[in-house]
Amino acid sequence: MAMAALRREGRRFAPLISPRPITAVRSSPIAPSHQDEGPIGVRYISTQVVRNRMKSVKNIQKITKAMKMVAASKLRAVQTKAENSRGLWQPFTALLGDLPSVDVKKSVVVTISSDKGLCGGINSTSVKMSKGIHKLNSGPEKETKYVILGEKAKAQLIRDSKKDIQLIITELQKNPLNYTQVSVLADEILKNVEFDALRIVFNKFHSVVSFVPTVSTVLSPEIVEREAESGGKLGDLDNYEVEGGETKGEILQNLAEFQFSCVMFNAVLENACSEQGARMSAMDSSSRNAGDMLDRLTLTYNRTRQASITTELIEIISGASALEG
Amino acid sequence: MLRQASRLLARGPILAARPRPFSTDLPAAQSADATFTEAWAKVIPNMDPPKTPLSFMQPRPPTPSSIPSKLTVNFVLPYASELATKEVDMVIVPATTGQMGVLPGHVATIAELKPGVLSVHEGNEVTKYFVSSGFVFIHANSFADIIAVEAVPLDQLDANLVQKGLADFTSKLSSATTDLEKAEAQIGIDVHSALNSALTG
Repeated sequence: MAMAALRREGRRFAPLISPRPITAVRSSPIAPSHQDEGPIGVRYISTQVVRNRMKSVKNIQKITKAMKMVAASKLRAVQTKAENSRGLWQPFTALLGDLPSVDVKKSVVVTISSDKGLCGGINSTSVKMSKGIHKLNSGPEKETKYVILGEKAKAQLIRDSKKDIQLIITELQKNPLNYTQVSVLADEILKNVEFDALRIVFNKFHSVVSFVPTVSTVLSPEIVEREAESGGKLGDLDNYEVEGGETKGEILQNLAEFQFSCVMFNAVLENACSEQGARMSAMDSSSRNAGDMLDRLTLTYNRTRQASITTELIEIISGASALEG
Repeated sequence: MLRQASRLLARGPILAARPRPFSTDLPAAQSADATFTEAWAKVIPNMDPPKTPLSFMQPRPPTPSSIPSKLTVNFVLPYASELATKEVDMVIVPATTGQMGVLPGHVATIAELKPGVLSVHEGNEVTKYFVSSGFVFIHANSFADIIAVEAVPLDQLDANLVQKGLADFTSKLSSATTDLEKAEAQIGIDVHSALNSALTG
């Protein structure tokens, strides 16, 4: 069988002398059919195989570098928008406070994720947080439903929480994000989903290497009234005069809807920034790994090449010396 | 190119940090977070809890005992913060109940806005914007938050287009059949007539 393998490779059979076996190659899931076993345990890897591998690794490195550049330019574009939108949710939090631990019967978790992959671990983090919040808000008479934005969260949540998913929205970033699109989205969600509290889970963008999972809570107007009456955080809400409209309830309804769309807009932009940033760092480490792999393969290739040259020389010289003496 | 990209990116967050810097875990923010973090730690001990918006914003100052001299205004749009903690003398907002003047020491109010002119008075200068709609919150500590969906300075409005728009929507209203179309046409008429009066008045 060894002879057949050698004939296939078209190589000379190794002589009795055994050069140092090429076992130093760590990265060799190289198929055993390309390794020839000589009689004294000499192993040769065909240089063609190594060369093919080097070519493909080099291409991978180029592709990941290009993807990193693309992500960097996209990040620059979205980052200005996201930072400008940061002032949008602050007045609402200043007025209504932030009550993530509010006790409600129906909570809806809005998970924001990306459509495309290769962006590191941010989507898994969002899904883990959403599942955590689901668990936190479960109990007798309480129910938690999901509204999913983005393909990646859909893939993960559909596996075990299929019955709790109320609405799935994908292809958010087909057109550049703007407020009109997000407000239409918010309108859809508000129309189709009953809720006492909406918890929006997203990754807030701090810097190119740091993304913080965050949850923003938006309460329905009835719960706002309930909390205002019971005092505590929202106790001062009653001190506010409400201008216009027939009833206070109507204004609070409009306020809750407006708050939801503003918070969603900021959340979607921040998540988009985090996605691009995570993709940049994932592609960067990928290119670096490819570079390392390329170095190792180059060493293997050179060793193989030199070993075969040495073998040829030995054969010739030993043949010549046998003829002489 | 990569170096330039990283330089630009490094500059970006720092520039934007000045109007609203990230202040992590201020003492006022701890109380809401504490109940949440405890509940989280009990149910999901392995993961850190997610952050909440309260830890990302600066707390507002409490109500002072005497009326302050200036009103602090935050005027935000989805695309920009037009005015961030700017100290002014007075603002006039187009609330649904009419033009409302806000001075320091105004009673705490929540008001919805209708399309109209917002004017900011600082000393002798007046800046006017046309806002589409939104909300205004006036807090007891003389802070006013104006959140609008769209706002343009008046000099960027074109009178001819306004007239044309008004004519369009009036004809749409007369030819509208369903309630939805009627409502949309009516909204268009309201906005355009407000634009008209803003430009003329």
